[in-house]
Amino acid sequence: MSVLYAVLAASLFGCALYMILSRNVVRLLLGLSMLASAVNLMVFLAGHLRSVQPPLIPDGADTLRDSADPVPQALILTAIVIGFALTVVLAALSLRAYRAQGTLNTDELRSAEHLGNPVAGGADGDR
Amino acid sequence: LETPSQVEPTVIADAIAGGAAVWPVAIPLLGAALTLLLRRSPSVQRGVMEGSVVLMLGASVSLLVGVARGDVMVMAFGGWGAPFGITFVADRLGAVLSLVTGIVALAVAIYARADIRARRRKAGFDPLFLGMLAAVNGAFLTGDLFNLYVWFELMLVAAVGLITLDRRPSQIDGAIRYAAMSMLGATFILIGIGLLYGEAGTLDIAHLAVILAGREVTLTLSTSAFMLLAGFALKAGLFPLFFWLPASYHTAPMSVTAALAGLLTKVGFYACLRVLVVVFDISGTAIVPGIPQLAALLAAATMIVSVLAAIAQVDLRRLLAFHILGQVAYLMMGLALASSAGLAAAIVYMIHTMLVQTGLFLGAGALARAQGGYDLRLGTGLMHDRPLFTALFAVMALSLSGVPPLSGFWAKFLVIDAAFRADAAWLAMAALLVGFLTLYSMSTVWSDGFWGTTSRRTRVIRSIPPAMMYAMILLGMCTIGIGLAIDVVLTFANDAASQLTRPISIGMTR
Repeated sequence: MSVLYAVLAASLFGCALYMILSRNVVRLLLGLSMLASAVNLMVFLAGHLRSVQPPLIPDGADTLRDSADPVPQALILTAIVIGFALTVVLAALSLRAYRAQGTLNTDELRSAEHLGNPVAGGADGDR
Repeated sequence: LETPSQVEPTVIADAIAGGAAVWPVAIPLLGAALTLLLRRSPSVQRGVMEGSVVLMLGASVSLLVGVARGDVMVMAFGGWGAPFGITFVADRLGAVLSLVTGIVALAVAIYARADIRARRRKAGFDPLFLGMLAAVNGAFLTGDLFNLYVWFELMLVAAVGLITLDRRPSQIDGAIRYAAMSMLGATFILIGIGLLYGEAGTLDIAHLAVILAGREVTLTLSTSAFMLLAGFALKAGLFPLFFWLPASYHTAPMSVTAALAGLLTKVGFYACLRVLVVVFDISGTAIVPGIPQLAALLAAATMIVSVLAAIAQVDLRRLLAFHILGQVAYLMMGLALASSAGLAAAIVYMIHTMLVQTGLFLGAGALARAQGGYDLRLGTGLMHDRPLFTALFAVMALSLSGVPPLSGFWAKFLVIDAAFRADAAWLAMAALLVGFLTLYSMSTVWSDGFWGTTSRRTRVIRSIPPAMMYAMILLGMCTIGIGLAIDVVLTFANDAASQLTRPISIGMTR
């Protein structure tokens, strides 16, 4: 079971990295959020896949016996929220870039590179 | 999985005393909330922001006074100590970096009076700036690895907001590059954290050190260590993952660039230092082999590449952005030596470079204000018209190049001396060469920006607002003061380094 999930996480990593290498900002964005899912799955596996028993220490015992560790699940919840927020920020930036420059190709979105670049001869547009 | 329930959650500091570790984070967070509500009245907003910065600086000073006695302030939220709850731990290193953050923030807040007008304040400069300060202090003071990751993400969101303050196309482009690369780095960090948790069953940094002490290296541990190194190196701007920095920093308003230059990459390095030294014990048993060697190669490659790139620039902002990378490389060099002298040198260097990088960028902004642009080829011969500003910029530039008696000389001297002592002569030679090239780069800035003839002038030299001068005077006095009182700073750094290599285990067992 763990091996299956590990293979799934690995293929998600592969797909996500392929998407991130794209020159289209939207693909990059989707790749990054897919990468976050892959990491979440991996962190989930770090807590081990065990029985469905809830993570409560039974009476008279002092260690958790047969259930999965709940901490990674709490970490994943936090990571999902943060990842979502960052995806929205990047999406807003992409929308802004598209509206201003009419393209989502990172090769054409080069005004940051041109600003003060000695080779591109970019003029010093702002103070 | 064995839950660490046999560990008694003991809290050594009570909520009042340990609470001192929380104020440098809580004050700017409260200020950020308040300034967000005051968005409609920029002048009140500015007052609240400046008040928060001053209070935050005061909180950091009192924290430093507390830890200088040798105490470690611990605040366990909700009374849950490690490994169950999240702790804030202020040791010497965290407290002094929080103080330096306060000084940098104060200088930027003063400078912003002249640089950040009502439009930029309405765009959200104040809440974003305070949010970034809270995140930086949070990263310096947290005792929990996952919490550290959360602060990195908060820092990223605030920094993206600050870079795109004017909504210029170049800023949007820069922010996309910055956000995408930083999200990738955060993913590396999260992978490392997840694997480390799977191996050790805790995320508290001090507790991790206790659990991992004497462990044999496993595949999980070494993957975790290298993923964390990759993630933090990306955040710190080390070779080969630094291209986002010179592609984005120069697009922001100068107050923002100065704050980012002084603070953010250093937090990346700080995380490296904390995790590699405390958790993976690279200066002692070195649980995962190969890390110091890799760090040394990264440091040498970063400093050489960045200084060569800096020499090729004609835009002062881009030139200084490449110098940020070179300075982080010196920090990494101190860490890579994995000796106590190297760590102390890295700590001194960190204090120095946070102040001086900020001062240089503020100086660049003032230069652009005076001569009407960042292009050094304008060559306006500023020293004839603005002698006081020229002198202040000279202090910063000479400090960056490592000229005595300024703080930069001692910082470079200590790192290179530690390298020779640790039998890393090749690294010391690289650092010396790069130091020479840095001096060359600063001298081109000098001859183009300040010495140029006044006859080629095409624009009128404008006056520099007093607020900009005050900010530079504050930072200039700091670099001179550290240079003159280096024995105090070095003693403190040695203590901080030894505290780092012997982490306090708060009643923690394995």
